[in-house]
Amino acid sequence: MIEGLLIGLSTAFSIQNLLMVIGGCLIGTFIGMLPGLGPMSIIAIMIPVAISMGDPSAALILLAGVYYGAIFGGSTSSILLNAPGVAGTVASSFDGYPMARNGQAGKALTIAAISSFMGGTVGAVLLMIFAPILSSVALLFHSAEYFALMVVGLSAIAAFAGTGNVAKAVMMTLIGLMMATVGEGALFNMPRFTMGLLDLQSGFSFITLAMAMFALPEALFLVMNPGRTKTGDGGTGKIENLRISASEAKSIAPVIGRQSVQGFFIGVLPGAGATIASFLGYAVERNIAKGEEQAEFGKGSIKGLAAPETANNAACTGSFVPLLTLGIPGSGTTAILLGALIALNVTPGPRLMTESPDIFWAVIISMYIGNLVLLILNLPLIPYIAKVLQIPRNYLIPFILFFTLMGSYIGQNNATELLILVGFGICATILRFADYPLAPLLIGFILGSMLEDNFSRSMQLADGWGFILDRPMTLGLLVIAALLVIVPSYRARRARARQAGVADGD
Amino acid sequence: MALDRWIALVIFGVTCAYGYSAFFTMDQLLPPFMQRNPIWPSTFPKVIAVLTLITSLVVLLGLEKASGEEKTPDIDYRRLGDYKIGKALLLLGLMALYALALRPLGFLLSTVAFLSIGAVILGERKFHYLIPIAAVAAGVVWYLVEGVLGIFLRPWPFFVG
Repeated sequence: MIEGLLIGLSTAFSIQNLLMVIGGCLIGTFIGMLPGLGPMSIIAIMIPVAISMGDPSAALILLAGVYYGAIFGGSTSSILLNAPGVAGTVASSFDGYPMARNGQAGKALTIAAISSFMGGTVGAVLLMIFAPILSSVALLFHSAEYFALMVVGLSAIAAFAGTGNVAKAVMMTLIGLMMATVGEGALFNMPRFTMGLLDLQSGFSFITLAMAMFALPEALFLVMNPGRTKTGDGGTGKIENLRISASEAKSIAPVIGRQSVQGFFIGVLPGAGATIASFLGYAVERNIAKGEEQAEFGKGSIKGLAAPETANNAACTGSFVPLLTLGIPGSGTTAILLGALIALNVTPGPRLMTESPDIFWAVIISMYIGNLVLLILNLPLIPYIAKVLQIPRNYLIPFILFFTLMGSYIGQNNATELLILVGFGICATILRFADYPLAPLLIGFILGSMLEDNFSRSMQLADGWGFILDRPMTLGLLVIAALLVIVPSYRARRARARQAGVADGD
Repeated sequence: MALDRWIALVIFGVTCAYGYSAFFTMDQLLPPFMQRNPIWPSTFPKVIAVLTLITSLVVLLGLEKASGEEKTPDIDYRRLGDYKIGKALLLLGLMALYALALRPLGFLLSTVAFLSIGAVILGERKFHYLIPIAAVAAGVVWYLVEGVLGIFLRPWPFFVG
């Protein structure tokens, strides 16, 4: 581990990679503030840039920097404008925005930055401890268990994404898997479901799909409903006095401590991620706060801001655990990172740590550096970066659309891809209208080929479906996957039946 | 019928076509030596097709109802009339036109046109700001893509060379 750490340190501290972290954080913060471009879209736009660098560790470091920057940028717009750019920072606006309105915008940003820094740092330490342990356990897995594990991951993502409506989320996951089978897979060397179209021979591009699923519908919603954001009104006010007092620091310290750990473990769970971690963190801290402090939540409490900020950054770090150790992404963003890694010929999984220690450790070290950059570089720059919020939407929206087009064009160098993007974008917007979650579709799509690979290998080794029963762990995991999907539906049904029963009785 | 169930119906239809292709047409092309394999190219799609058909039926028939109170969706399609849907459709059309014009018109011209017309659709009328900004942005992006990333983008229309 020490040796790996040293390799990671030397890789991450090379001039090129330091520039990557700094650049990534700045770009991420800058774009993350804009409405309509969440971390997923920003990372998808940056992937062609990262891939063209050719160095997987530099690419991943850049993308991780962008990810952190985007989350931080999202918090900034939550606090200053009550317009969260990202779902994970919605909870930050509960107390951050009242603070800004009370003239404490500078203090709120400092608390957000310190909490994010601490959350990210504690998360990175926990990642360093748990990732190698999980990797060594995962090395014992066969393809059958991998297959089952991926099914568990997908079910958990569907169960979380589709709260109250799991069937919809499961359907989206399955459509993602279906889309992954289009094109000529490496496994069978024959085109499938291409309908004779040459453009579909290599399958759909995941960057196009990511743009179409997230950036495009969001931009279209901004067009359709101008009241959706408050950008362009220039009403950010003055950001001054970034200092916090010693007593304030003392009062948020325990919150940060608790939420770093809690957020990290929520982030590790597939499907949970930063959004749930931040809401849960806020709720837990409000519940354990006493009397006066509790009454202050929602009116500008510094604890109420520190809790979600710490938790969402710790969860972002936590979400790297399943990605780096199992190769299974737990969230849309890590799924896009997985896609980027595959494009760079790196297969994340338990062997990553032993086969490419430079990548594995460099990413972890760069997380520290990224958090530090956010604190010491981005924070003082915030008053200037926040000017981006004053860009009028008449200019902003065409640019967002242009960047989605460019992202998918650069990835494939093919104008037909742009038409596919528009087509999928329309479908995704309609799906959003009907409240279908889209992240499961993208995760299903990205995991699809790996899932089929492991499925096929297990079928081949066991000469048929026997692999499900051959090893008890496979069966156990598949049962867990089924329960994850069935239990919430069943409970919702029962609750409804009970409600209906009560109503009848009345 | 609510929009989500109409969508489930469409997905049901698409999955039927997908499943038909997996169950009845793909295996005919399989060379004889591969037929002895326990896994065929159609095996995984068959499993997916069956599962998707089942879940789309669950949604279509409303077997699973959302628990608790109705969640207010992100954006409500029942209020579609209140939204500026025309502008969104125009922008989508503009994106499709951009895709078709990129090769023949070249990157710079089509991008300047896209950014300017896009802003005009949204109500911008200050052309003395708009066109220079669009031109500078197109130039910078072209330089970054071609010069820094090394990806070829034809800058000028086909007749200029």
